[in-house]
Amino acid sequence: MDSIFGVPIQALMGQLMLGLVNGCFYALLSLGLAVIFGMLNIVNFAHGALYMVGAFLAWMLLNLAGVNYWVALLLVPLAVGALGALIETTLLRWLQGLDHLYGLLLTFGLALIIEGIFREAYGSSGQPYDLPQVFKGAFDLGFMFLPKYRAWVVVASLVACLATWYVIEKTRLGAYLRAGTENPNLVKAFGINVPLMVTLTYAFGVGLAGLAGVMAAPIYQVSPLMGSNIIIIVFAVVVIGGMGSILGSIITGLALGLIEGLTKVFYAEISTTVVFIIMAVVLMFRPAGLFGREK
Amino acid sequence: MKFKLLAVAAAASIAGLPLSASAQQGKLSGDVVKIGVLSDMSGLYADYGGPGAVAAARLAVQDFGGKIFGKNIEVVSADHQNKPDIAKNVTQQWFDRDGVDMTVENLNSSVALAVQALGKEKNKITIVTGAATSRLTNEDCAPATGIHYLMDTIALANVVGKAVVKDGGNSWFFLTADYAFGHSLEKDTGDVVKAAGGRVNGAVRHPLSTNDFSSFLLQAQTSGAKVVGLANAGGDTVNSIKAAAEFGITKRQNLAALLMLVTDVHAIGLNTAQGLYLTEGWYWDLNPETRAWADKYSKVMNGRKPNSNHAAVYSSTMHYLKAVQAAGTDDTAAVMKKMRETPINDMFAKGGKLREDGRMVHDMYLFQVKTPAESKATWDYYNLKGTVKGEEAFQTVAAGKCTAVKK
Amino acid sequence: MNRTVLAFLVLAAAGLVAPFVGYPIFLMKVLCFALFASAFNLLIGFTGLLSFGHAMFFGFAAYVCGHAAKVWGLTPELAIALGTLSAGVLGVVTGWLAVRRQGIYFAMVTLALAQMVYFICVQAPFTYAEDGIQSIPRGKLLGVVDLANDRVMYYLVFAVFMAGLLGIYRIVHSPFGQVLKSIRENEARALSLGYDVDRYKHLAFVLSASLAGLAGATKSLAFGLATLTDVSWQMSGEVVLMTLLGGMGTIFGPALGAAIVVTMQNYLSGLGSMVTIIMGVTFVVCVLLFRRGIVGEIQHRLARKG
Repeated sequence: MDSIFGVPIQALMGQLMLGLVNGCFYALLSLGLAVIFGMLNIVNFAHGALYMVGAFLAWMLLNLAGVNYWVALLLVPLAVGALGALIETTLLRWLQGLDHLYGLLLTFGLALIIEGIFREAYGSSGQPYDLPQVFKGAFDLGFMFLPKYRAWVVVASLVACLATWYVIEKTRLGAYLRAGTENPNLVKAFGINVPLMVTLTYAFGVGLAGLAGVMAAPIYQVSPLMGSNIIIIVFAVVVIGGMGSILGSIITGLALGLIEGLTKVFYAEISTTVVFIIMAVVLMFRPAGLFGREK
Repeated sequence: MKFKLLAVAAAASIAGLPLSASAQQGKLSGDVVKIGVLSDMSGLYADYGGPGAVAAARLAVQDFGGKIFGKNIEVVSADHQNKPDIAKNVTQQWFDRDGVDMTVENLNSSVALAVQALGKEKNKITIVTGAATSRLTNEDCAPATGIHYLMDTIALANVVGKAVVKDGGNSWFFLTADYAFGHSLEKDTGDVVKAAGGRVNGAVRHPLSTNDFSSFLLQAQTSGAKVVGLANAGGDTVNSIKAAAEFGITKRQNLAALLMLVTDVHAIGLNTAQGLYLTEGWYWDLNPETRAWADKYSKVMNGRKPNSNHAAVYSSTMHYLKAVQAAGTDDTAAVMKKMRETPINDMFAKGGKLREDGRMVHDMYLFQVKTPAESKATWDYYNLKGTVKGEEAFQTVAAGKCTAVKK
Repeated sequence: MNRTVLAFLVLAAAGLVAPFVGYPIFLMKVLCFALFASAFNLLIGFTGLLSFGHAMFFGFAAYVCGHAAKVWGLTPELAIALGTLSAGVLGVVTGWLAVRRQGIYFAMVTLALAQMVYFICVQAPFTYAEDGIQSIPRGKLLGVVDLANDRVMYYLVFAVFMAGLLGIYRIVHSPFGQVLKSIRENEARALSLGYDVDRYKHLAFVLSASLAGLAGATKSLAFGLATLTDVSWQMSGEVVLMTLLGGMGTIFGPALGAAIVVTMQNYLSGLGSMVTIIMGVTFVVCVLLFRRGIVGEIQHRLARKG
């Protein structure tokens, strides 16, 4: 069978593959957002900008310091996480107790600053990031070319997502984190350093964004605009999935990437808006989100 | 809007020497000739025009002598970030408040259309070099004030399109930048393909300044067309070609870069770009004159060589200044008349002529990108494959849609 | 009450004299954004709802008005009215969806909906994507008054602005406005008092959207352009900044904030991305240290003295 519904198999599989890769990025980023929101009640608009910072750090490491992709994969999330810790302790901490809207506004301002700095330094078109040699080329599957690197991205992000889910839901550290949000005072009474946990949570969340940035660098061209382009879609993903559910964000992110890929085959014109349309539908029938627990 | 004011003072402390042989006292509005260079300074077209265009304009003023009728020539510039509203805002302030007499460069096509319309409204000369939409000399022509100097989508289609079709590429799929330029180029090239007996299988539109072309190229792949026509430019073309290589598109299909400049080839690298056909109105390595000017440009631009757009900015600015001098005033109608009366014979074009509809007609060249083995040095990228005379490359006035000048 | 009347009179006087002192095109830009910000403030300042996608009303109305004036040849007042109406309709639909969530979720939903409108505008043929609708004719007001002269157009824009601002003032100081304020203070209590809170929020949303559309439609005629910039999320962010800086919940704050931001963008535009950075810094500083905004701070000081 050469085609389904009049669409050649090659096109379908190809777009689904690309959609899956996009979905992995949506999942990673919405995961970070969900972790931060779940623990801190802050909608981190700067998430996209930090994702972009991750990509740029990887680029800078490669082109200015000769540090290769694998080392960057390790270093960059740590660096971005450190930056996140700095942001949390110096800026976000002041917003505790205020209306959550201020958190959104503050991180929006941060996003503007970060994007502005990089745009000033590098212009707004993309910088190329060279693939590590082992990833160059593609698997010829017959019905499509599957670039080796994109296959790696799928594997790596799934591992990262599942690892995060495991840590938060199944380990003691995760239990402390979850308890710390539910009832900080009680947890403090147990002698656990809640402010430190908060900082670490934010750092971890943005570290995930930084990881996504490194993985995105070879695919999407490193550009100061890459963060803002993706963050709004990720917001929609989070509204659809419902914030607060880790597994929910992962599943929703992947699913929406796949759906986007599908629409590109059958009805390309709505591929840019399909995520928002789904969000509108979910809002009509399940306002709390598919996996959400309305707080 | 604030903008960098580059007062090019008479570096010619050739003080005391009258500039023109005929010591003609000219009348200048505001006692100065102000030239505005409007371009994309930081985005996907920054290499195409950008700071290089400003440098080229400055070189022209400098070579002209820096002064005219004893008064200063000033060059101002601005970055429109590829947004027509910013471009219109800046140009409006330039014309209304800052006494700018002429603006040059004006890529991209959306910007060019807005600027040319504004120039028509305010009776100020607008020279478009970097934008390609053929609408500038057709439906949206402004013969009294608007000049389209370098190339347009019809010439691109006629030179590159025909060459690729002759090579066997008779079924096409277009990857089109979704704005005036892309649409024009897609339509004009499609016309050429069909006129040669070929077929257009389809097209997909992508937003300006796209980073990830994978899904669009996939659609091109499934179309089964022999040729994937890239109806885009600058950073978009660079990214398309790189992605095509990554996805193995080039194994089964041919790419046609409908608008590519030497700066794009530099960004892509010869490994990936080799063998591609393209057309430019000028190349730095054509003859001793072009090489000499390219050297001058290199010195102020960190060793980068100029592309045809930069050369066009230089040539048109120089042509304008000479016309002002000959006319004895910077009044728009008088200067435009002189620019049409005088042919253009400089390092950019030989026998170039400014037509009544605003089109500057000059020869176009067909190039093929060298293989890495053939290239002897950086920037040595092209083999000259043919020259197409201006009258053949560009559309005639009679065939065009500029009703203001058609008989 | 007296102070407000005085402020309105001073504003009117200044506005009448302004085009003889300043550059009319720039002044028109300030006025359009001042109205936009004031409309936005109706939601955040007086109802407590942060809409992060208000550009969709501003920009969509600009497109509709531009299309009506250029392609259908409508006279300016009809074109503006049509633009405003279209923004209102868009507000009815998006508001109905958005009001189903509260607080942060509301903001995110409006942002996402606005982005959807943005992408629709990219695709729709009548908006011409990156080119935008260009060369929108100003036409003759009521078929009689030629608006091609910048000063004449300015007075129309000024009249629209004053009408809009006065309208907002009336809405805020009406029984309806009181209910909105009570919703802002304590939504649960308003609900328990028997008010159909969702309906009030929805209505406020539609009013705010329409007025934002009025600003957008007027802008498209004044500048002859309707582009994607007008529906972008950056535009939504800018109007939030203007209102935050000027003073949320004050009548004149957003207009002042708009004047400051537009002026800053104008004079610093040569610095390119520095403007973005400065706006971001202003956001951060305002949120941390200056939440009342300029007018809010002034009012606070005056109240303390008195």
